Amino acid sequence: MDKSILPNDPINNLIRELSGLPGVGPKSAQRITYYLLRSSEAQVTSLADALITLKQKTKLCRICCNVSENDVCSICSNPNRNPALVLIVEQPQDIIALEHSGAYHGRYHVLHGSLSPTEGVGEGDLRIQELMNRLEDGAVQEVIIGTNPTREGETTALYLKTLISPLGIKVTRLARGLPYGSELEYADDTTLSNAFEGRQDF
Amino acid sequence: MATEKTYKTPGLIIKKTKLGEADRILTIFTPELGKIQGFAKSVRKPQSKLSGHLEMLTYSQLTLTKGRGLDTIIGSQNIDSFIDIKDDLYRVSYALYIAELIDYFTDEGTADKELFEHTIECLQHMGKTSHPMYLLRYFEMRMLTYTGFKPEINNCVICQKELDRTNLGGFAPSAGGMLCIDCREHSRHYGYFLSNSAYKSLRFLEECGIEDLESEVPDPDTISELEMLLRRYIRFVLEKDVRSIPWIDHLKRLSPTVLY
Ligand SMILES: [Zn+2]
Ligand SMILES: [Zn+2]
Repeated sequence: MDKSILPNDPINNLIRELSGLPGVGPKSAQRITYYLLRSSEAQVTSLADALITLKQKTKLCRICCNVSENDVCSICSNPNRNPALVLIVEQPQDIIALEHSGAYHGRYHVLHGSLSPTEGVGEGDLRIQELMNRLEDGAVQEVIIGTNPTREGETTALYLKTLISPLGIKVTRLARGLPYGSELEYADDTTLSNAFEGRQDF
Repeated sequence: MATEKTYKTPGLIIKKTKLGEADRILTIFTPELGKIQGFAKSVRKPQSKLSGHLEMLTYSQLTLTKGRGLDTIIGSQNIDSFIDIKDDLYRVSYALYIAELIDYFTDEGTADKELFEHTIECLQHMGKTSHPMYLLRYFEMRMLTYTGFKPEINNCVICQKELDRTNLGGFAPSAGGMLCIDCREHSRHYGYFLSNSAYKSLRFLEECGIEDLESEVPDPDTISELEMLLRRYIRFVLEKDVRSIPWIDHLKRLSPTVLY
């Protein structure tokens, strides 16, 4: 179905918006739309509010760049998380997966992407400057690079190593258990736990 | 097992696009079928057995099954992952630049076996050479030849006069090659200055094979000059920028120890 030929009425408007979401095809978009049409006004209002609040009430943590309700996220403000250890990930969803594994007690840094020169994504498009500022005061002793084991993630890891190694900070790479070409977001707890144990000098 | 619906082909992954939750569409450069698109199901999940074979710049024997829209990749076996470049930020970036150029200079369904072999040969050499920047210039010159965009460098493109170091006018991308001094003065084409050593290297690159490439490596300034010249020409041919160039330039600024 070509989305552009849908008429511009409320029902088709919503179908069009929904089918632009990741993992939602035209058929699911249609199903959700008709489900919402049958729902109570209160249910729909609460969903709409949740969507608006998502954008208005979240920002990036000024330390780790993870999405957060406050200036500093709950992990960075937790005194039980080791501030000498920083794990670098590509996206906030990776933190959710890692936290679920319960294997890690340090802090994070979210890059919001990975280097993809052929797609025009360069160092300026990632939160790398924020990371480098963070490493300046010498409080961080080890940086664990947890970018995806894809070509983009590996390129990002090599670049970060080039930048961080001269600072005299230990650089390790989260690697074992994650097959090349896959993405962290989809890893299971055992795989993630193994990946921590098997991290190596980089 | 090959049935009517399945077929096998060697292929180099030159581009990947995310699709839905965990799938990808891959652009694959093949020797017999030209550039093709393949659907790769669930490859972004760690459990996928295919993912390692379908990463950017891997060269594999692929099995595809014909679909109504895209053909789906159902099997793969690594031929070469160019393991020598994997841990070198510079070499891997140059190899990505090669993949991007191949994507721009090829059409779907048009086979070009010579260009395919040239590409694989350059990627294999990328991990071994002491002069990766020079290898890129060799890659570009030959790629332009195989795709029909070979610049004229032996004779003036306007008056056909044979060129030597006494009458070099410059390199004019819009004219498709070199101009003599007279034509540079009078032609509407802009000719960029070219040093004698860069001109000599250009002629060498046009004729040499990859095995004798390193018998005549010019100095770093000349290699930079060739880089700028070919960059201008490729930009003129493509009518657009090559996206990985700013990254390559960034790497150059980052380290004074770039290997030319
Ligand atoms: Zn934080
Ligand atoms: Zn002339």
